[in-house]
Amino acid sequence: MLGFARTETFRHGIHPPEHKDDTCHLAIRRFPFAPTLVVPLSQHLGKPAVPIVREGQEVVRGQTIAEADGFLSVAMHAPATGIVRRIALAPSISGDMITSIYLQAQPASSQEVAEGEPCDLASASSVEIISAIQKAGIVGLGGAAFPTHVKLKVPEGKHLDTLIVNGVECEPYLTTDHRVMLEQTADVILGVRYLLRATGAGEAIIAVESNKQDAADKLRQQLPDDLPVTVHVCPVKYPQGAEKLLIQALLGREVPSGGLPVDVGAICVNVATTAEIGRLLPHGRGIQERVITIGGPGVRHKGNYRIPIGTTVRFALEQTGTLKNLSRVFLGGPMMGAAVSNLDIPVTKGTSGIIAFTTDEIGENIEVYPCIHCARCVEACPIFLNPSQLGLLARHEEYLQMAENYNLLDCFECGACSYVCPSHIPLVQYFRLAKKMVRKLEPAK
Amino acid sequence: MVLAVITLAALSFLFAALLVLAHKKLHVDEDPRIDAVYQLLPRTNCGACGFPGCLGLAEAMAAGSALPAKCTVISEDEKEYIAEFLGVDVGSEEKVVARLACAGGSNVARNRARYEGLDSCRGAALVSGGGKGCFWGCLGLGDCEAVCDVDAIVMNEHDLPVVIEDKCTACGDCVDACPKDLFSLHPVSHRLWVACKNLQRGDAALEECDVACDACGKCAVDAPAGLITMIDNLPIVNYEKSAGGQGAIERCPTGAIVWFDVDKGPVTGRAAHRVIRHGARRVSST
Repeated sequence: MLGFARTETFRHGIHPPEHKDDTCHLAIRRFPFAPTLVVPLSQHLGKPAVPIVREGQEVVRGQTIAEADGFLSVAMHAPATGIVRRIALAPSISGDMITSIYLQAQPASSQEVAEGEPCDLASASSVEIISAIQKAGIVGLGGAAFPTHVKLKVPEGKHLDTLIVNGVECEPYLTTDHRVMLEQTADVILGVRYLLRATGAGEAIIAVESNKQDAADKLRQQLPDDLPVTVHVCPVKYPQGAEKLLIQALLGREVPSGGLPVDVGAICVNVATTAEIGRLLPHGRGIQERVITIGGPGVRHKGNYRIPIGTTVRFALEQTGTLKNLSRVFLGGPMMGAAVSNLDIPVTKGTSGIIAFTTDEIGENIEVYPCIHCARCVEACPIFLNPSQLGLLARHEEYLQMAENYNLLDCFECGACSYVCPSHIPLVQYFRLAKKMVRKLEPAK
Repeated sequence: MVLAVITLAALSFLFAALLVLAHKKLHVDEDPRIDAVYQLLPRTNCGACGFPGCLGLAEAMAAGSALPAKCTVISEDEKEYIAEFLGVDVGSEEKVVARLACAGGSNVARNRARYEGLDSCRGAALVSGGGKGCFWGCLGLGDCEAVCDVDAIVMNEHDLPVVIEDKCTACGDCVDACPKDLFSLHPVSHRLWVACKNLQRGDAALEECDVACDACGKCAVDAPAGLITMIDNLPIVNYEKSAGGQGAIERCPTGAIVWFDVDKGPVTGRAAHRVIRHGARRVSST
């Protein structure tokens, strides 16, 4: 099959119910503009952007409103034509208050997107493409929101041979990457061309899980012959979309502990990010909207929407309608996403979905029982940690021992251990806390 | 057989002689008072004195570089006993206590969501901030109460920690434990206190909490010049200056700035609206 003898996947992992059938056949629809859009200056990992507009200024949709501050930072663009009302603190999904630009959308505007300086594929050099990606404000749209241009810059002395385009989308409920691959196939392929040019990688693999066979077929059909690109269909398993595991599944290479994918000659870019690169760079535009899935049992009009960045969760759920007995709302998927405590949190570049549950699915107070040492978590952990032991140490606040002897810092919080735990121990929350404490304690050491 | 006994006996005498020699040669004269003083100290190693544990303080006291008053845990009688024993003055240290920069109990501050999960503030703070409407406010799950070795912090009926000043030794454990950094150590003479950390102003602050500072700035105007400055929508007290009475708090509309009275504890100004709600505020997302 397309030159791949290996069809195996990574070891361990889990099979949660997918729940993708509700939305995977629904075409992407445009979401209305909220009266006020809140654009946080820090939607990515790294330094916050620096605003270049002032309060009261009129801006055009797509115009740069904040510039990158240093290399590990990206620009922000106006999600709508309107007026900057104020630059003030706004709540965010991390729980922090982040300086944000409050933009009042102009109802009468045609909402034409401003064009910038195009980045021509035929003539642009690697450095030019990387800087164009930073100017376009592109970050990993899969959820981590890591600035893409930082990833693309191959460090001195490292050799990169394979570009992996990640269309796995292993989170339950989310179908954005699926729809993007189906509807923006040409953008994905153009994006791959830009990425190959920027990184100098010899070949590219588009990875798709077998529950998105239609997307894989369409990609294969449209792949031009001159591109060294293959489409690889992986068996369905969670968390296959994690880049280190995907590299292991596709190439059989293991990224070392604490290392980066580039250490084994590969980089991994999300398929929606790739499509945005192909869609925006030829026009010199920036990210001012993204595709998200609004779904889950608590939502009336489920679907995949192209939503302006800065739309609050409250407005989004008002538009789609919700059931009365709503109990929890998540940003991102139910496995790695975060529960929302405040509905005024805006959708950012890293938000891949809004998933709402009702009291029918998530009841009141789940009781936590002691660990019975069944070792289901050990069998679920895709990176071979010992969550049972780690959980025990976390309860006794032995944070440094967790990091030194049990490789706590390798945990990427996929949630497989918490999912399978029959005692409902909140393992991932323990590990998040422990990681935070280790980072706090380590400089003192 | 005889040879073996003689050899072993000779060896044992040789090693014993070596040990005696080493004991004489490597002997360190330790002040016997250090141990005596150490036995009189609480030996909890709370660290409030600033020395590395109680033994560190005992050494410093025996060497004369610290006075018994440095220990904030033992009673006055015990301090005098140590002073008498060492033949030094008791000395004087101003009592330092932990103060909480939040007054938003469950009856005045609003929760936007109900938190379920690890029963600790540090755990709750990781989940989208913990559900409290005010990002800066106390989460009320009692990490400080749990970490306090001397039981100087108790959670009141509104899930807000109260510091019992008499018991507080200013060890700083609560300062480290609070994920919102609400505790700080202050001499008891710092009577003027801003019990709020909300950086928002006006209605945005009051929407989340009835006793939030809404940044009206009246306290800064009423206080002696230079005592209070408004920085980032919060009054910052300059403790270098004398407060000169509690005039600064009288016009505060919410009671966010308080005066720690010697007898009555924290009092709010005359203009502060009275909090009459006793039960918890309803959890609401709007």
